[in-house]
Amino acid sequence: MVTCPECENSVVPAGPPVIGEIVECGECASELEILTLDPIRAALAPEIEEDWGE
Amino acid sequence: MSRTVPFAVLASRVRTDEKALFAAFDRRAIGCQHIDSRGWWHQLGDRGPRPIVLNREIGLARATYAARALEAAGATVVNSARATELCGDKWRTSAALVEAGIPTPRTALALTPEAALTALDTIGYPAVIKPLHGSWGRLIAALPDRPTAETILEYAAALPAPQARIVYVQEWIAKPGRDIRVVVVGGEAVAATYRRAEDWRTNVARGAVSELCPLTPDLAKLAVLAAQAVAADIAGVDLIEDETGELLVLEVNHGVEFSGLQQALGDTVSVADRIVDHLVDGARSCCA
Repeated sequence: MVTCPECENSVVPAGPPVIGEIVECGECASELEILTLDPIRAALAPEIEEDWGE
Repeated sequence: MSRTVPFAVLASRVRTDEKALFAAFDRRAIGCQHIDSRGWWHQLGDRGPRPIVLNREIGLARATYAARALEAAGATVVNSARATELCGDKWRTSAALVEAGIPTPRTALALTPEAALTALDTIGYPAVIKPLHGSWGRLIAALPDRPTAETILEYAAALPAPQARIVYVQEWIAKPGRDIRVVVVGGEAVAATYRRAEDWRTNVARGAVSELCPLTPDLAKLAVLAAQAVAADIAGVDLIEDETGELLVLEVNHGVEFSGLQQALGDTVSVADRIVDHLVDGARSCCA
């Protein structure tokens, strides 16, 4: 479980967390990036850039 | 395998798709390094292990240059730099599709917004203009008539980047509220979904809903040919049906996002497993 740095909501990743994983805060919809696993810590994920896509 | 081939996934964001890929490697007890492209660099001439790298970098510029640099270092990159460059540029994709004889909407390239107006007079209204690069339906504009085109192109003419003033023009296809996404892995169509939306842009990133689509032999064949046309080993091929039901290929995505399709597929097929199996098979054949 990680704490959303934006709204302090608790966010639970789906399955075992992975470094770099993007999770969405269910409360404020911020995208978070998991930075460390022990202790588990997340920060706001980088903003979408112009050339991002598939 | 006669030697151990290290696998790596290049990605700056670990989304559901990448997590599924890592899990697929884990299930096979195959090590896979995660290369975070934000911290990656390469010095020309350095040649270490020659890994098989699955390029899942979300940024086109980073994906393209990383693929080129990795290939220069002797790595096998999937998709290749060439495929990434072709798929990342809508005009180059369309040119490759036409060259391969694959049905695709009528498309024109105009080197200035003024020339685009002339091209639009020939293509006819309604029409669509798209940025050369970009994804998820961003900045794609539907032009119902000339006055709208003049307004939109006036904005395009004011954009600072020279490339943004080159206009990709395409005929409007009256699709039935959906498009079709086919995932192709190693020359085989794995699965297909309809992507339905209220909006004319049927991108999942814009809220379109994925539903299973029967993977008919014709659909599979066309998708595989489209992937081959742009040299993509792993691809998300987007197709639309015109008013007569004919299938037209719109574009081919080199970094296919498959979580929507996977949700529609349920447990029947695992796209991540198919991708990893394909990479492992490739490693076997190249090192046998």
